[in-house]
Amino acid sequence: MLPTGAKVARRICSKGPGQVEFRSHVTPCLFSRNRAETFTHYGNLVIAAPVLRALLRLSVLLQGYDTGGWYDEVFDTNGRPRPEAEMLLNIIGSQPDGEFERLQETANAALINLGITFNVYSDGAGVERVLPFDIFPRVVKEEEWERIERGLIQRIFALNLFLQDVYNEGKILRDGIVPEELVLSAPSYREACRGLTPPRGIWCHITGTDLVRDGDGRFYVLEDNLRCPSGVSYVLENRHLMKQTFPDLFASSLVRSVDDYPGKLLSLLNYIAPRPDHIRAGVLTPGLYNSAYFEHSYLAQQMGIELVEGRDLVVDDDALFMRTTRGLERVDVLYRRIDDDFLDPEVFREDSMLGVPGLMRAYSKGRLGLANAPGTGVADDKVIYAFVPEIIRYYMGEDPILDNVPTYVCWREDDLKYVLEHMSELVVKPANESGGYGLLVGPHATKKELEDFARRVKANPRNYIAQPTLALSRAPVIVGDHLEGRHVDLRPYILYGRDLYVLPGGLTRVALKKGSLVVNSSQGGGSKDTWVVSAGAR
Amino acid sequence: MLSRVAESTYWMARYIERAENIARFIDVSLNMSLDAPLAFSDQWQPLVSITGSIEDYQSRYDDVNRDSVIQFLALDPENPSSILSCLRTARENARSIREVISADTWEQVNRFYLMVSSPNAPRRVKESPGTFFADVRRYSQLIAGVADATASHDEAWHFMQLGRLLERADNTSRLLDVKYFLLLPSVEEVGGAVDEMEWSILLRSATALAMYRRKFGQITPENVVDFLLLEPEFPRSILFCLEHAEESVHAITGTPSGGFRNPVERQLGHLRSELAFSQVHDIIGEGLHEFLDTFQRHLNRIGDAISETFFGWQPASSAVPASAGGHE
Repeated sequence: MLPTGAKVARRICSKGPGQVEFRSHVTPCLFSRNRAETFTHYGNLVIAAPVLRALLRLSVLLQGYDTGGWYDEVFDTNGRPRPEAEMLLNIIGSQPDGEFERLQETANAALINLGITFNVYSDGAGVERVLPFDIFPRVVKEEEWERIERGLIQRIFALNLFLQDVYNEGKILRDGIVPEELVLSAPSYREACRGLTPPRGIWCHITGTDLVRDGDGRFYVLEDNLRCPSGVSYVLENRHLMKQTFPDLFASSLVRSVDDYPGKLLSLLNYIAPRPDHIRAGVLTPGLYNSAYFEHSYLAQQMGIELVEGRDLVVDDDALFMRTTRGLERVDVLYRRIDDDFLDPEVFREDSMLGVPGLMRAYSKGRLGLANAPGTGVADDKVIYAFVPEIIRYYMGEDPILDNVPTYVCWREDDLKYVLEHMSELVVKPANESGGYGLLVGPHATKKELEDFARRVKANPRNYIAQPTLALSRAPVIVGDHLEGRHVDLRPYILYGRDLYVLPGGLTRVALKKGSLVVNSSQGGGSKDTWVVSAGAR
Repeated sequence: MLSRVAESTYWMARYIERAENIARFIDVSLNMSLDAPLAFSDQWQPLVSITGSIEDYQSRYDDVNRDSVIQFLALDPENPSSILSCLRTARENARSIREVISADTWEQVNRFYLMVSSPNAPRRVKESPGTFFADVRRYSQLIAGVADATASHDEAWHFMQLGRLLERADNTSRLLDVKYFLLLPSVEEVGGAVDEMEWSILLRSATALAMYRRKFGQITPENVVDFLLLEPEFPRSILFCLEHAEESVHAITGTPSGGFRNPVERQLGHLRSELAFSQVHDIIGEGLHEFLDTFQRHLNRIGDAISETFFGWQPASSAVPASAGGHE
């Protein structure tokens, strides 16, 4: 007669809990090398005790796990683990009882103790929150990642050419590829940048492009963030936490490293500095109460450069200086995390207390490098976004590697008509907001919300676009003592300096609220570590 | 280094040291009240006076008793010099200079604040004040140790030292002043068993009892004052604090020791040498309280000179739109 454990194992191996079948990922590790282990005989299968234990644990964690018909990042439509996720499931299953849940609690406590927080505006200034971190990693297989990488490099390269063109010759506008009216009417278009060429001709040094995986399993570009994309500090800190949590795994170096990001960013800043030697660089922050303050200070610390506020800086003789305990010292390059609007009250918003009067003078005289260059916002306007595939074809003479999400531009009459008629099926977005503010998710909206939004769109069609509601892919997250599927997106980070570099993986944001499609940190989102691994690694 | 960063570093250290010293004030009073409850019952008020917040206290509390005073000094968020408020300020300062202090230092400052602001802190203060205030002391010492061992001893570190040492000098003088309030102004009238116990509690609250014993053995008020004021080798004595604060100022400016190039160096050097050439008998003869009062005024002037010399910039308006930074 078989022991009870084996019966359970039989059930797991043949059918699996819920929709999941384990046979495929169990087989490779069925035989333990340790002869002292207890073996359980089942038919002609011999299962080593640790494997059996792993199965039991996974079966508890995955009790009732249901992919619910969505594209799942870990399990395929038959409930089998995807090859690139097998290694991960093996590791999780090999944790002692309750260990995985305990590791999650340890990670939460570490975030609080380390003060890895962001500020939430709607809750009033000074309210800090921890960005919830789920320790079940998101896995992207290497072949897929390589395509993403090539696609992003192509896209950013083209967008940079676009920026240089629209602020200088305007060829793409004359050729009618992108309507001139749309570019000039974009609120993020900066007249002050007309005729400027930034150091080394680079405009968008740091980009965080939002990708989503739709129900068809393909990645699409949802948004280009070319102004001050945030979140990279979470990628680095999440990885740090994961290394502490699963040290063995990283020792085998199957997961591509993200550690060289601060070094790459620093050499980028040095690359665009006007003087070649004795470069003094700084991160310009709006201050302690900005939502991304942690990140500003983290990056400054990692790069070993100054974290400065507008009040620390002064422009004299068209050069930038900072106030130190020994008087004024020259600053050559800023990674600025303040929006264009607030950068220089002499040129942009007069009431800005955050910026530095005269900053743009120093910049346009070539005495200061700025990353990103002022004026990049025009290329991530959500209306211009709809034209990016054409922009890529125009400058590169090749098809885009990564597709856009189909987009209706309300500025076009036909599109506007369609959007107004189908509003309840669409996601409608304002062209110039970020952080998930001010958008309408048609299928979840009330009748009144739909009517209100229709009025707003009609009043200012230029300012709105609409996209079909996407079936965002899901990934398992820890909920109490088990796993449930939640929707995720992916934000890789691209650096444009001497060459183009894509940080392997990027930030996986996850909508922690059950059923929610909004992944923004300001709206109940969390994050996961993102692993780029070769398929079949175990 | 940036003036703003130097200022935050200095104040972070000052506020952490202040929190530690408030814990010491409370601790010495708690111990005295346990040993001599009747004699001590009306001694809680001087404790509030010594922190300079008696008016604030009287406007918000009905009467003076142990629990209210401890609540006021430890956890009252509206009292700007409560331990909780000190740590809130220390942490805000630390948060604005995270990139300068080491990651380990920041983590300990953050944990310290989380401990004091935790929802169960009021219960701990009420039920086991001794261990709570011991934890406060320990965290402060831990932060000094971690900063010492993990951050470069550069300009920022010297500003931290400067803040910590000046605050400690100020607080040691206040700690002595508590004793002045508790006991009689004239040295000749004190003595006897109860008194020796009280002086030993005072020494213990400055972690000075063992060190004192090794130097003087027997406890006499004059020697205790000598030790806490003028002992050049004990790290909480006022002379020690001033000497090392002066060293840090000279490390910051590069001015050779013995000379001065700015008001901070001149005033600090002056005060330090005056103290170094004083004798305890004369100080007590002329009145300890008066001496400490004058000392604190000088110390305040040095604080002002530090602001003017090193942090001389106009603070920006606080009307900053929170959403101005990119948050894509």
